Order: sequence, then C-alpha cells, then structure tokens
Amino acid sequence: MFDWRWDFTLNILPRLIEATGNTLLAAGIGYAIAVVIGLALALAQRTPFRALTLAVREAVEFIRSTPLILQIFFVFYVGPQFGIRLSPWVAGMIAIGLHYASYLSEVYRGGLDSVPRGQWEACAALNLSPARTYFRVIIPQALPPSLAGMGNYLVGIFKDTPMLSVIGVAELMHTATAIGSESYRYLEPYTLVGLIFLAISLPSAALIRAFEAWVRKKLGMTR
Amino acid sequence: MTDQDMSKYPLRLADDKVPMVRFMNVTKRYGDLVVLDSLDLDVDEGEMVTVIGPSGSGKTTVLRMLMTLETINGGVIYVDGEPLTHMEKGGRLVPADRRHIRRMRANIGMCFQHFNLFPHMTALENCMEAPVHVLGLPKAEARDRSIELLGMVGLEDKVDQHPARLSGGQQQRVAIARALAMRPKVMLFDEVTSALDPEVIGEVTNVIRKLVDQHNLTMLMVTHQMGFAKEISDRVCFFYDGKIEEQGPPSEIFGSPQKERTQQFLSAVLEAG
Repeated sequence: MFDWRWDFTLNILPRLIEATGNTLLAAGIGYAIAVVIGLALALAQRTPFRALTLAVREAVEFIRSTPLILQIFFVFYVGPQFGIRLSPWVAGMIAIGLHYASYLSEVYRGGLDSVPRGQWEACAALNLSPARTYFRVIIPQALPPSLAGMGNYLVGIFKDTPMLSVIGVAELMHTATAIGSESYRYLEPYTLVGLIFLAISLPSAALIRAFEAWVRKKLGMTR
Repeated sequence: MTDQDMSKYPLRLADDKVPMVRFMNVTKRYGDLVVLDSLDLDVDEGEMVTVIGPSGSGKTTVLRMLMTLETINGGVIYVDGEPLTHMEKGGRLVPADRRHIRRMRANIGMCFQHFNLFPHMTALENCMEAPVHVLGLPKAEARDRSIELLGMVGLEDKVDQHPARLSGGQQQRVAIARALAMRPKVMLFDEVTSALDPEVIGEVTNVIRKLVDQHNLTMLMVTHQMGFAKEISDRVCFFYDGKIEEQGPPSEIFGSPQKERTQQFLSAVLEAG
C-alpha cells in the first residue's frame, strides 16, 4: 500500500457509508421479495395440479441455472422492447428478488419435506383446512430447519447487490466506481467497499445462528 | 376406484338399527398387493371393537381408511348410515368431493402410535386448535372444553407445557384429549401404547378404560396388548392376510379360539409376553 492516502480515504468515507444504506436497502427489499415469492413458488409445487407443479419447477430451474447479471440486464434492457419500462431500482429489485426467490423455494422445499408425515395426518384427523394446516402447523415446523439456508442466501443477496451497479443503482459498488472515475483513484474506494462488505457479512453468520436458536425456543421446540 | 357395480350399495343405510360404522365389501390394494380383501365389518354405536393380528394383516389400514388417510379401491364405508368417501349423484354413489369428506371426517377422531402432537403448541393449544378453527367455537368455550378434557386425562397441571417437555404417556394423553375435543362419534386408537415405555402404558390404558366406562363413544382399537384387549373389548376381530379370520367376544377369542391361525397367533404372542 505504497500509495494509500488517508486524507482521501477520510474524505470519501461519508459518501461510501451513505451508499451502504442503499446497498442494505437493496438487499433488504430484494430479500423480502424473495422470502414471500419463494414461499409461493414452494407451495405452488405442492398442489394437486401437476401442470402447475411442472411449470413452476421448470421456471425455478431456469432462473437457478442462468446468471443473475443476465437476468438483471434482461429485465432492465429487454423489458422496454416489450413496453415494460422500469427504473433501475424497480428492475433490479424484481430481478434479484426473483433470482433469490427461486433459491429460497428450494430451501423451503427441504424444510417442508422435513416435517414428519404424522403431522399431516394429525391435521387431517382434526379436519384442519389446507390453509390452516400449512400456515399454523407445517410452515412453523419447516421454519427452523430452513433458517440456516435462508441465512446463507441473505448474505448471498447482500454480496450480489453490486451487480445492480451495472444498471445504475446507486449502491456501494456504483458509488465507489463513480468516485474512482472522478478522482482517478480506485485503491481506496474499492478497498473500503471490501472492508464494509466484510464488516457486515462476518457477524451475520453468528447472528443467524443465534436467531435460529431463538426461533426454536420461541416455538417451544427445545426441551 | 375401479369400474365396479355401485348399484349394489345403498345410498345410505336405513335399517331399523343402523350401525355406527359399516365396512361393506371394502378392498384396499397397493399395486398388486391386496391389503384388505372384501372386508365386511359392522361396529355398533357405543361398541368397543379391538383389532388384533400379525403385522401386515391390514389391521391398521382399517383405521386409516376410516380416518380417510387412505383411499379405498373397492366397496363402501358407511359412518352413521352415510357413505364416508362416496356421495350420491344421479341416484348412485360416486367418489365424494373434499367437502363431503371433510363433513364426514368430523365424526371421527384418531390417536396415533407416535402421538403426532404439534410440537410448537402447548398441550392446551394442541387441544384448542381444531375446535376454534374447524368447529368455530369461541376461544373461551374451546379453552374450557380443552381444560376439562386435559383434566379428565389427568394433565390439568400440564396445560401450558409443550410436547417436548412431556413424557410419552403424557403426550399420548394430550393426543386423546385433543381428539375428544372435537366431540367425535367414533374414536380410533392405532397402537397407542406401542411407542411407550412399559411403566407409562397404564396411564394411557386407564384413560381409555375411563372412556369405555363413562362415555357412549364408538371405538375401534388396534393393539398388541392382549390383556388389555381381553379386558376392555366388547368384540375382538382377529385379522389375518387382509381378512377377518375370526371374531367374537373376548372371552371366546381368547378363551377358546376356533380357527387354527387364531390359536397359533395367540399362543405366539402370549408366550412372547
């Protein structure tokens, strides 16, 4: 680091910290979309309608097998050719939200499959409605085994938000690049971006584990 | 459902004395394997019928079909005179829709070998869930009913415990209270003591004994406990190879079984302990 300039570093730090807010916002909104749509995708594969199951299954496979950055470009640049004109934020949130929804649907699928068959049978014997069976009995039990996977993808979506910079979402990476092109100095801004990501990602794993333990306790599923 | 002639089955039973449960020519197959072969079985209101037999004889399937956990491949099951998984359409019986099955299923309660309590709910919440959300009872009423039933099974001090903090015997008693909270006409007990430690089996059999003595419930029980079956049953059915090989009052089945297979089975299990 022969050429590291502390005055420049301190100068750009506020701007990067401000952009970190946007990164967290993007990750948060994208994740919220993914959590809800992912559940819908998982449940849609468990209905008695074979055609729906197959269609959703294929869509999930398709999204999981193609790069996120292509999907972001597609929504943002190809959309307008079909009359769908979206702002960078909206296009980015749709692309990254759907991308992670397809990953989360697989996590949920594993979680739902881990609920013992006897729980379904008890619901049938008590005549609970399908909605009540899912939302009051099955999903709460599928949640704890899904949390580790959900946590991994929360960190994953956070680390993937820089891809939104390619369509002009003013998140951390985008801001760092802008600083670089204004000042012709890239070392400090990109190093700071790395450090900020590290500082947020590292404690997340521990927090997620603690959250998982808390949920299990809250659900009364520990001795 | 195969292309069987449904016209020989009545749309509903209307004799003078309608049995609470009637299996009429009921067949269950898994692929080529015939689990139950043209079963005919009546259970009268208030009767306690015990089903015994070697494993694989189809005895648990009888209960699971009655709870609509298994579909049937032939015949008709009637509960309180009405077909369970069939309904009338154009003067003949056709496979029932979900609504009919849910309405009929409300007549039946079931307890399982592995309890199947909801682990994220307390004993009380387990009991209240269906009365509130299926029967639509006000919460206060469902709570009173559940607390009364948990008291009846001797768990008034455990109402706020989660299943993980209860012993196997206690969990099975909660499961019995939970099933009773729906006020079923027919109760099914599927090997409810098989997963329990020997020293707590008595807690559960005592509750069932109490039900037989104090309530006019119709009950079907699959069990391996011959002593309990002998003491509590009005009738014992010995299943062998998907058929009822022999049935009668417990004194006859256990005292002087007529069929050779019954004798062999009983001497084998009684010897084993």
